Amino acid sequence: MHGPLRSAGPPMLLRAEALTRRFGAMLALDALDLEIAEGEFFALLGGSGSGKSTLLRIIAGFEAPDSGRLLLDGHDIAATPPWARPVNMMFQSYALFPHMSVADNVAYGLRRAGVARGDIAARTASALAMVGLDGFERRRPHQLSGGQKQRVALARSLVMRPRLLLLDEPLGALDAGLRERTGFELRALQRETGAAFVMVTHDQEEALALADRVALLDGGRIAQVGAPRAIYERPASRFVARFLGAANVLEGQAAEGRFDSAEAAATFAGAIPAGTVAVALRPERIRITADGAGPNTAQGVVEDVAFRGDDSLVLVRLSGGATLRVAHAEEDGAPPERGASVCLAWDADAVVALAS
Amino acid sequence: MRQGRLVRAAMLAGFAFLWLPILLLVAYAFSADRIPFQWGGFSLRWFHALAADERLVEAALLSLRIAAGAASLAVLLGGAAGWALARFGPFRGRAVFGALIGAPLVLPEVVTGLSLLLLFVALDILTGWPAGRGATTVLLAHATLGAAFVAVVVQARLAETDRSLEEAAMDLGATPFLAFRTVTLPLVAPALAAGWLLAFTLSLDDVVIASFVSGPAGTTLPMALFSMLRLGLTPEVNALGAVVVIGVGAMLAVAAILLRPRRG
Amino acid sequence: MTGPAREREGHRPSRTHPAKGRKAFGNRDGGRLLVLAPALGWLVLFVAAPAAILVAIAFADSDPGVPPFRLALSVAGFAVLAEDTYYLDALLTALRVAATTAALCLLLAYPMAMGIARAAPGRRVVLLALLMLPFWTGFLLRVGAWIGLLRDEGWINSLLQSAGLADAPIPLLYTEGAMLVGMVHAYLPFAVLPLFAAFLRLDPSLGEAAADLGARPATVFLTVTLPVTAPAAAAGFLLVFIPAAGEFVIPELMGPPEAQMVGRVLWQEFFQNRDWPVAAALAVALLALLLVPIRLFQRLEARP
Repeated sequence: MHGPLRSAGPPMLLRAEALTRRFGAMLALDALDLEIAEGEFFALLGGSGSGKSTLLRIIAGFEAPDSGRLLLDGHDIAATPPWARPVNMMFQSYALFPHMSVADNVAYGLRRAGVARGDIAARTASALAMVGLDGFERRRPHQLSGGQKQRVALARSLVMRPRLLLLDEPLGALDAGLRERTGFELRALQRETGAAFVMVTHDQEEALALADRVALLDGGRIAQVGAPRAIYERPASRFVARFLGAANVLEGQAAEGRFDSAEAAATFAGAIPAGTVAVALRPERIRITADGAGPNTAQGVVEDVAFRGDDSLVLVRLSGGATLRVAHAEEDGAPPERGASVCLAWDADAVVALAS
Repeated sequence: MRQGRLVRAAMLAGFAFLWLPILLLVAYAFSADRIPFQWGGFSLRWFHALAADERLVEAALLSLRIAAGAASLAVLLGGAAGWALARFGPFRGRAVFGALIGAPLVLPEVVTGLSLLLLFVALDILTGWPAGRGATTVLLAHATLGAAFVAVVVQARLAETDRSLEEAAMDLGATPFLAFRTVTLPLVAPALAAGWLLAFTLSLDDVVIASFVSGPAGTTLPMALFSMLRLGLTPEVNALGAVVVIGVGAMLAVAAILLRPRRG
Repeated sequence: MTGPAREREGHRPSRTHPAKGRKAFGNRDGGRLLVLAPALGWLVLFVAAPAAILVAIAFADSDPGVPPFRLALSVAGFAVLAEDTYYLDALLTALRVAATTAALCLLLAYPMAMGIARAAPGRRVVLLALLMLPFWTGFLLRVGAWIGLLRDEGWINSLLQSAGLADAPIPLLYTEGAMLVGMVHAYLPFAVLPLFAAFLRLDPSLGEAAADLGARPATVFLTVTLPVTAPAAAAGFLLVFIPAAGEFVIPELMGPPEAQMVGRVLWQEFFQNRDWPVAAALAVALLALLLVPIRLFQRLEARP
């Protein structure tokens, strides 16, 4: 159920063991364990205060954990200052040096590392070419668009050839139109460089679309970690189901092989283990039917209908009081009118039992 | 962090440099010794001496009157100028207007003082006004200086407030005058108050311009203090320092309590 | 006036319909004049006219009468300045002392501005108040305090003597050092404020990015913090330099008698020698020297 803590294939790059960080009364990280493999695209997903940014800053070296270990290639780097770590970061604000040209920004880290002058020029040029900004060498940051700044920040980190690149909300400051394209470009760069990317984001769509694995953080702990499809289809808890959005979460009581929900006025049948406290039901797995009875059906009244292009979102108030979100595909014909009485039905394997 | 500690130590050294002389000045005001900055036991005798010094008391009262008048005039002038610069758009002569209002900010005091004195002399010759120099000419000079500061403060305040607030008021039926009185004025009121206080302090603190434009009948407190300090230090200066520092401190404390943001 | 449509747009030239603007703002021109005219009149009388008279008298002839000048178009005043190196020295001394004062202020201001900006918001208010409070307590009183500390029989000398570190009073007051201490004390807050604002605006992730790319703290300061705050440092420098160049009171009360700065010389020419044309010519010369720093300061202030 919980995604594998240790991924099978590539060797482990970074391992966090019982990392704890407290800010005053707030516990930002609560004995957190995490493993990141070489060359994977990993997303740390969570709301504000979930600890995702603290974890990123501890990996970069800007914060020190109160306790716990942080191992890179098996060596504890918790005490290594940021300038001595083979880890680079792309900042949310991009943090481009405003008094330097694009080329000087990209060359900054190479100069600090004492790379030979000729190599600096060559590596800077190829890093800028990699992000599609050749010809921009002499520009100043304030002469760049948001998307261009983001690319310079990427080039500046990638030119250091880090084993691990940290990205703090990499798409957060971009226009909606630019996000999708930039997302694909990020994935291409990650494949090209072979570096492990660790991205912090609060946007579940971004995390699911880009990452090989996603860790969802809550209150300084990992709520669930796994491949995007796995955690999307099999959320481990009510929190995960709600955070990933869309899914209907219904409370009730588990009984042998079934789950009775008073608020849905329905019985869910399927693989329901004992100890289930709620079930998740995805909107696109619910069908609107003419009539129906028995388990895995429910009756309700259409409260509102919103047209979304390839489908319509139908809000159905169930006789038990809960409101279900139902995705009604266009090819299934016109959606029901507001106020219509409808029957809902779903397959047993659409029911996800939640233990917490 | 080691670097943070270094910065903090250097900062504290800077504050010590700023404050040590002031604190010692105040502390030794309570010393009985007739040599300043020598401890001769606790005494309030220098405060009594200060209160009995008619020349200083008179100069202080004159300075307070000039400062209040100059600050009030400066708020009217500087407020109008700041408003014009922030809201009137690119009117003809705006650059010259801005340069004139800002000039006293950047001119050395000796230049401002000398040129204003030359003006008053010329006016006296040509028109018979101001008929000699004294409190009036100091007030006019200080109002000009203060207006420059008020204009900057008011312009900055207006620049950071949304002009569509005034437009919204007019859209809701307010005449331009009503919009000014009900929207603009409340918005800039804190800036006007701050500007008044600034102009008041500048006037109370100025010795150079006042020395140029004043006459025998217009000795301000800084002018009197300046001539005292030229002759050497007396414990009366300590006492005056204590009165000012404790007075300003008390006023700021009251202001801080009154202006404290209320919770809930 | 370019029509009411432009006033809606503030400083930006506008392409909106003039007719629409006129309808809403038609009766404002009169009101604007009512605000502008008195202020403009005041400024012409008390800023422009004095400057014109100053220049006129700089080109006047000295005269023993009352007033002690005759209007003319003479360069006699300036000739005196050029001939006697005393005046040139006074101008140069003033520039040197002002530059030294401004540099010392910056040296103290950097850690102070950095420390204040990095303090927690509650403590920051207290520190800012501590920075500005001396300014409110009177500049002459602070000079008085320094005199009390630095005199031969002053606080520092009695401290040194009672500690056995000195047998006789060390002359501290009426030295160039004392003058610089007084000037730095008077002008320090002016250097701190622009730097404080710059440190407040400084994105902390800039320093982190530099560290992340391999820069040690000293390198971060030299390659990022210092260059990014340089315009504010320049503004702070000029904010001290410009008034310090004309300073009269502190050299008079704390400086050595031979330290003739231009402010002091101007004062003496005017009040003691009653040579108004030479005093005016000195003022014009000082202004001419300060024109470049003043323009530079205004350019820095106008930056976004």
